[in-house]
Amino acid sequence: MMRWFHQLGSPPYFYAFSKRISAGFAVLALGLIAWGIYGGLVLAPPDYQQGDAFRIIYVHVPSAWMSLFIYTSMAGAGAIALIWRMKLAEIFIICAAPLGASFTFLALVTGSVWGKPMWGTWWVWDARLTSELILLFLYLGVIALNNAIEEPRAAARACALLALVGVVNVPIIHYSVEWWNTLHQGPTVTRFDKPAMDIDMLLPLLITAIGFTLMFVWLVLVRMRAEILNRDARSRWVKKAILE
Amino acid sequence: MHEFLHMGGYAAYVWSSYGIAALVLAANAIAPYVQLRAAKRRIKNQIVAESEV
Amino acid sequence: MSGFIALLQRDLLLVLRQRGEILHHVLFFLLVITLFPLGTRPSATLLLAVAPALLWVAALLAALLSLQRLFRPDFEDGTLEQLMLSTTPLSLLVLAKVAAYWLAGGLIFVLLAPVVALLLGVPGTAIPVIMCSLLLGTPVLGLVGAIGVALTLSLPRAGMLLSLLIFPLYVPVLIFGAGAMQAAINGLPASGPLFMLAAILVLALTLAPLATAAALRINFEYA
Repeated sequence: MMRWFHQLGSPPYFYAFSKRISAGFAVLALGLIAWGIYGGLVLAPPDYQQGDAFRIIYVHVPSAWMSLFIYTSMAGAGAIALIWRMKLAEIFIICAAPLGASFTFLALVTGSVWGKPMWGTWWVWDARLTSELILLFLYLGVIALNNAIEEPRAAARACALLALVGVVNVPIIHYSVEWWNTLHQGPTVTRFDKPAMDIDMLLPLLITAIGFTLMFVWLVLVRMRAEILNRDARSRWVKKAILE
Repeated sequence: MHEFLHMGGYAAYVWSSYGIAALVLAANAIAPYVQLRAAKRRIKNQIVAESEV
Repeated sequence: MSGFIALLQRDLLLVLRQRGEILHHVLFFLLVITLFPLGTRPSATLLLAVAPALLWVAALLAALLSLQRLFRPDFEDGTLEQLMLSTTPLSLLVLAKVAAYWLAGGLIFVLLAPVVALLLGVPGTAIPVIMCSLLLGTPVLGLVGAIGVALTLSLPRAGMLLSLLIFPLYVPVLIFGAGAMQAAINGLPASGPLFMLAAILVLALTLAPLATAAALRINFEYA
């Protein structure tokens, strides 16, 4: 088992491994997402308070979960990259960042659209949305840093450190924004409270969330393949793999 | 069917959310393969260029 | 320990030789605060309402602009490499440099609090809290900012990127610093946010120098 992990750390082995399994993840992911969305749009009963508008939750909440999950995994990979100098961990961070940023963007946009019928405005500075906005800036910072530093390995290691520093800050930021929000809360309820959810409503949410996660795994595997090719372009195994 | 599309009056909000989600997910799904193809093409050209030397 | 003190003394000496820079720092801070009332009507209620945000945003911006002098001069003339070879742990040396930076920067802001209070019509009773929040918060700005400077050290024009990287990390300091000031202005106890600032300071003191040292090393790994 440990041997397999060590093997996985070598780019050529990982490349072949990723090629074999990413299609499987793709099929699973798309299947689960389709099932979850169908459940959310069709099967789940309308909410008694929010009517059919609550169905936005099925894209908003999984996106928000993904935005946090991906950043945390980037930080974990960052620790591995810095401590063990594992090249693939560095590559993972670079490839995961744009995916994480797009999920954060999606969470923000769907949250904003959901807010319009609920609170009457397109944007409110509520705790959750504000935290997501700051998280988006954290992602963009990692992407910008990677683009700015020329040497790829130095760039990846700098991003690894940045992701680690960021992840320590995420709970602090979240707590401080919550505190700030309770001080300035307006008269209307401004929290996306997850109501005590019926299983009919909850199940599609969980299924979609797992689907999104599998989709992330699928896409990050493919991105890593491209990134590995770019970085190891001059090596023999790449030339062999391309000519096959 | 009409009720489904109507979404209790919230049609614009629900469908635009799902529409944006579909767009973002589709873009995310296509981009890696585009990158992969570009990388392969570039390396292939490089190999050809080197073998001609 | 002697390495720490030696570096601290050296950096303070360097700052003293360029006293003008301290003045620029202070003037920038005051200018930002002055520009705001000029851009709107200088009504007492309006200024009082935005005073906490204004003070802290000005402090953040001033910190950001002055951070470059933390490592860049040493990086450019090779002193940094020498420092990294020293027997004193790099994180301790980082702490010395940030301490010198803060003594010539953030500490001055603490002393300026009464002036700012005067400009923005903040009641005198709030001044001790403001000074305390600045005392706790400005070191964090330096400590966390140092991480950003170290990460972007090899880039020639990194000012904007530096802001993008560390502004999200500054948000908690802004929220609790301004929160403490707001509470003091309203006559309410400010102990909650002040304790949070203290906690963040302790966290930053212990972890930030380690992260900064790691970031500095990355710059020299792949020449």
